[in-house]
Amino acid sequence: MVESVEALCALRGTIARIEGQRMADAPAAAALGHAGIDAAIGGGLARGRLHELFAAQPEDAGAAAGFATMLALLALPPGAPLLWLRQDEAERGAGRLHPPGLAEIGLDPSRLVLVVLPDPVALLRAAAEVVRCPQVGVAVIEPWRRPRALDLTASRRLAIAAEASGVTALMLRADAEPGPSAAQTRWSVTAAASTALEADAPGHPTFDLELLRRRGGPAGGRWRLEWDRERVRFREPALPRAVPAVAAGGSLPGAAPRYAR
Amino acid sequence: MLPADRFRALHPDTPADQPLAFIEKQRGAMRIVAVDARALRLGIAPGLTLADARARVPELAAIDHDPHADALWLERIADGCDRYTPMVALDPPDGITLDISGTEHLFGGEGALAADAERRIAALGLHLRHAVAATPEAAQALARYQTMPAPDEAAAVRRLPVAALRLEEEIEVALGRAGLKTIGDLAQRPSAPIAARFGSETVATLDRLIGHADSRIVPRRPLPALLFERRFAEPILRTEQALLTISELAGEAAGALEERRSGGRRFAVRLYRSDGLTRDLAIETSLPTRDPALVVRLMRERIDALADPIDPGFGFDMIRLAVPMAEPLGASQFQLEGGSVSADALAALVDRLGTRLGRGRVRRFAPRDTHIPEQRALPLPAMDSPAPAPWGSPVPGEPPLRPLHLFDPPQPIEVLAEVPDGPPRRFRWRRTHHDVTRFEGPERIASEWWRVKVERLPDPEPSVVHPDPGRDDLEAAEEMPPARHPRPLLTRDYFRVEDARGRRFWLFRHGLYGSETDRPCWYVHGLFA
Repeated sequence: MVESVEALCALRGTIARIEGQRMADAPAAAALGHAGIDAAIGGGLARGRLHELFAAQPEDAGAAAGFATMLALLALPPGAPLLWLRQDEAERGAGRLHPPGLAEIGLDPSRLVLVVLPDPVALLRAAAEVVRCPQVGVAVIEPWRRPRALDLTASRRLAIAAEASGVTALMLRADAEPGPSAAQTRWSVTAAASTALEADAPGHPTFDLELLRRRGGPAGGRWRLEWDRERVRFREPALPRAVPAVAAGGSLPGAAPRYAR
Repeated sequence: MLPADRFRALHPDTPADQPLAFIEKQRGAMRIVAVDARALRLGIAPGLTLADARARVPELAAIDHDPHADALWLERIADGCDRYTPMVALDPPDGITLDISGTEHLFGGEGALAADAERRIAALGLHLRHAVAATPEAAQALARYQTMPAPDEAAAVRRLPVAALRLEEEIEVALGRAGLKTIGDLAQRPSAPIAARFGSETVATLDRLIGHADSRIVPRRPLPALLFERRFAEPILRTEQALLTISELAGEAAGALEERRSGGRRFAVRLYRSDGLTRDLAIETSLPTRDPALVVRLMRERIDALADPIDPGFGFDMIRLAVPMAEPLGASQFQLEGGSVSADALAALVDRLGTRLGRGRVRRFAPRDTHIPEQRALPLPAMDSPAPAPWGSPVPGEPPLRPLHLFDPPQPIEVLAEVPDGPPRRFRWRRTHHDVTRFEGPERIASEWWRVKVERLPDPEPSVVHPDPGRDDLEAAEEMPPARHPRPLLTRDYFRVEDARGRRFWLFRHGLYGSETDRPCWYVHGLFA
């Protein structure tokens, strides 16, 4: 029994040496502002790591891109640029990245450098170069659909480059199934009904977020988050305002209290 | 001769004794515009109709004249002539003029330079006549019209026919009628009566030809400030060796740029093949630089990204590096342990990506002063390092009012909405139905009629240009009858909507119901986060 414990300790030491010093100096984490999530992922989104964001369904692409922008904004060091890598097909099929929309989320569009690539191989090659450059703050890598070139090796290459340079890499997959990868965390993003403003206007960006995977820690957990642009953090969506009593038996569609406890 | 030489170079299987004629349709008849040497010997001259020529020489081959291809061919030859001097000018349709003052000694004198040029051009299968003279006009005239050798240049020019002045045909005929056959006849007469009778242009051309007036060629491209070149006794065949040379040249350029306290923004390399053809490579950087390693790295990217790889042929015998664009750059600091302090890594990354992918694919955005959503952001190449411009900050407390993704062009949808200007209740996009649960709108964005260049009729009502921006679009639209004003751009009513599953869209109705259109179409223009 004692021998096996000693063997285990030795094994742990060996693995730690193989993994290198990288695990020792924990990267600064960008807090999301939501206590539950920050606790679940160890204080916030780890900078200098690769993270994967999946849209739960192709129609949630807008929500996933919005979540990527918000994470990028949280993880961006002051003054550093955001590099967003897309493919021609995404610019055509999923809509162009609209700089005023970034400004509405709180990110200054003059910090954005958009790189539009002709094919997935060029995208991954450019991504490796971008992630290796230490002056880049955050790189958002958005392959179109499910490219064959994006496998565990490519993902591992990006993850190692991100650890070496300290660039936070966000892999945005609008229309794909999770596959093997070397990402630190993996999220699934679904658009959620927002808390209505006055006159039943659509409210602030709201998501259902699921932590699918986390390296070196337990996964799982679902949250509903709302983006607070003024304080640059996520928050719990507020409960909808009190709905005036309607005539018995009648209910207004869309005005029903969704989060009544 | 140039069309015939080009044709034979492209079709090497043409028999050598086959007479060639190049034809073009002129005034309703197929006429000969150029011939080769053999056809000329058989008495076929330009200007003859094809039928006449065929009657005289039945075996004549008639080929369509292509002046554009000939001009391109001449341009390529002129590129190759760059090796003798940077001052190269075209003399259409078939001449090239070089200003070799000060460069001939590099080739061992005028004669050796001309012999080298003759050898190279003959290798391309071209017939060449050349002449060296004090003025460009004299050299052009001697190359074209000299028939017998003369003791010196002045005598040779005097023996030339008046056609060497290349004047208009009427003046040439008039000179002939006056008995003035050669340049010498013309030059020994007082100039005032000649100017009075044949025009002052005749005298001015004559002065330039015999060297009384100063005349220069206009080079095809402006001379770069810095030029570095390397000639090889033995042509080099491998791209790697060429890159090595480029790196040496870039090192020389770095020294010269440092003396001038400047850095290059653009580097152009020209590879001269031994058979006279050339290949150009150019790179640009977003910050002025003189780092040879960076220049070579970008050149390597450029070569890797070439669609058709570099063909050295029989090898390159000269490589030239030019710095056409330089900007001030202070002295650089060297690190204690050797090597310079790493330059801006981000700029280097942008240059590398831009060089490999193309300038337009690496973008930064600048705001434009417009309300039309798709024109709001102007993409600029990041290599030009545009100055950061202020974007308006969003209204505090409001949710995002502009989408993150914008469709350009907007995508048409089928919408269930109240007539005339009700909000959308239900819509169908990409074969899916969406039930609208929440909406905000309309946000009305009128077309920018002041930018559209439509023909405006004089309008009696001044209220068309209404000072109140809130009412302007509606009233203007209502007061302008559609028949009188062509209105290609319609007003858009934008709605921010959320469907039952929480997805947020930006929809708009195109055109005001009743006043602008009878059946307004609906589009989805963007997706919110």
